[in-house]
Amino acid sequence: MTLRDKACVTGIGETAYLRGSTKTAVELQFESSLKAIADAGLRPPDIDGVIPVGIVSATAEDFIDNFGIPDLRFSAVVPHGGASPVMALQCAAAAVAAGVCNHVLITFGRNVTAAANNNKAGARIHTMPQFHYVTEFEYPMGAISPAQLYAPMARRHMELYGTTIEHFGEVAVACREHALLNDNAVMKKPITLEDHRHSRLIADPFRLLDCSLESDGGAAVVVSSAERAVDLRHRRVFISGVAAGHPDSPASISQRPDMTSLGIGKAAPRAFQMAGVTHADIDVAEIYDCFTYAVIRQLEDMGFCAKGEGGPFVAGGRLRLGGELPTNTHGGLLSQAHVWGLNHVVELVRQLRGDAGRAQVQGAECGLVTGYGDMGDGALAIMRRE
Amino acid sequence: MNMTTDSSAPRKPPQQGTTLSAPFWEAAREGRLVIQRCSDCGQLRHYPRLLCSRCFSDRCDWVEASGEGTVHSWTVAHHAFHPAFADELPYTLVTVDLKEGVRALGRWREGSTPRLGLAVRGGFEPREDGVDLVFQAVAG
Repeated sequence: MTLRDKACVTGIGETAYLRGSTKTAVELQFESSLKAIADAGLRPPDIDGVIPVGIVSATAEDFIDNFGIPDLRFSAVVPHGGASPVMALQCAAAAVAAGVCNHVLITFGRNVTAAANNNKAGARIHTMPQFHYVTEFEYPMGAISPAQLYAPMARRHMELYGTTIEHFGEVAVACREHALLNDNAVMKKPITLEDHRHSRLIADPFRLLDCSLESDGGAAVVVSSAERAVDLRHRRVFISGVAAGHPDSPASISQRPDMTSLGIGKAAPRAFQMAGVTHADIDVAEIYDCFTYAVIRQLEDMGFCAKGEGGPFVAGGRLRLGGELPTNTHGGLLSQAHVWGLNHVVELVRQLRGDAGRAQVQGAECGLVTGYGDMGDGALAIMRRE
Repeated sequence: MNMTTDSSAPRKPPQQGTTLSAPFWEAAREGRLVIQRCSDCGQLRHYPRLLCSRCFSDRCDWVEASGEGTVHSWTVAHHAFHPAFADELPYTLVTVDLKEGVRALGRWREGSTPRLGLAVRGGFEPREDGVDLVFQAVAG
């Protein structure tokens, strides 16, 4: 048995993305969840599976209580940071394909700017159990934030393969161009490669414009069995191939035998094989972009180009609308908002429904979305429209 | 440098060992870099783990490392993500392939620039409330 085309994403929902929300993470999670459920043409009590994503999240019990769910049959926790939303697609698809339940809600919400939270990324990750090695051996010496922990990967890639600042800039500029087409994007100012090159250094080689946006908001999707999806509101968007993978030494980049290898390198062949498509079939890509470098590296590990050639691959506007592989058509984490990549899933569904407005990739029939979390865990979902 | 008398100054994240890693930190405070070794198959491992991932034994001892190795990668911090490091900017963190076959992360002794494969030597240097692993290029 395979999960190919056994499940569909039937509902999508997002809150406004901004900095300085007055709502709590759970309020944002509920708001986006209700939108996704309504978008599917369902009512909250119809949900019979839930996968809450995030550090500060409502529990399965909270969804039963607040959504009046009479018979929640399935719940799961997927603790892999930004890889969680796409890994949750795999989990939800497996659940509905097996007949365990009919409609699984995947939800995320966060408010990182609330002063009371005092949870900047640098401090926040050191409260997470999967980073205990980093917290014990690296944090005290000043290796604090994701930017600092990822930077040595990017530096080694540059040294080994000749990847340049301009290549990183190509990713930043493509995402920003797309964000300018999106009314629900935090960043609204155009940038050029020159702007990127001159933005201030954060953790060499990363500059400010290489780093994603800490932002507030919620996003949610509903995954239904392919049979149940027939009766819902939208044209069906199938999960055709989905897989997860972890890098060797998953939680500590410094201990990884090959610092430049990611979990998605293991997941991608499985997802493509399950979907029965090739790279040439991918019309649009939503690639987890915590840092510009992460997009370049994932393109390599997914097999769009050889290892080390991700820099030249993204050059010349290939990732921009009108290019060969339009990527992060919503603006991504770099320019729309950082909500752990559930916004990437929402955007792919929007593209495959033909509802992406000014950012629509004409005729998009097949696309992919990646998740990337906890320093290298990876997931890939390939979707197609009916 | 007034490092100890100003109680309002931000303090660096503490070096807190666990039962598992206590031998590492005890040796570090004596200026020695030690690595966990499987007592059954001899496999070295770093950071400390409960089990040997080769033979799955939970028996281990500790061996002293040379501190010698080569640069695997590095980053220069230009932004302080923790206030206790603001006065040290910019500072360099270096990952080093130790000749024993494991990798360590440490602070880079300023004054030269790391590069891939550069031969280095490391050791512990005292800090406010503990010790930092510090690497520098091997002269010549």
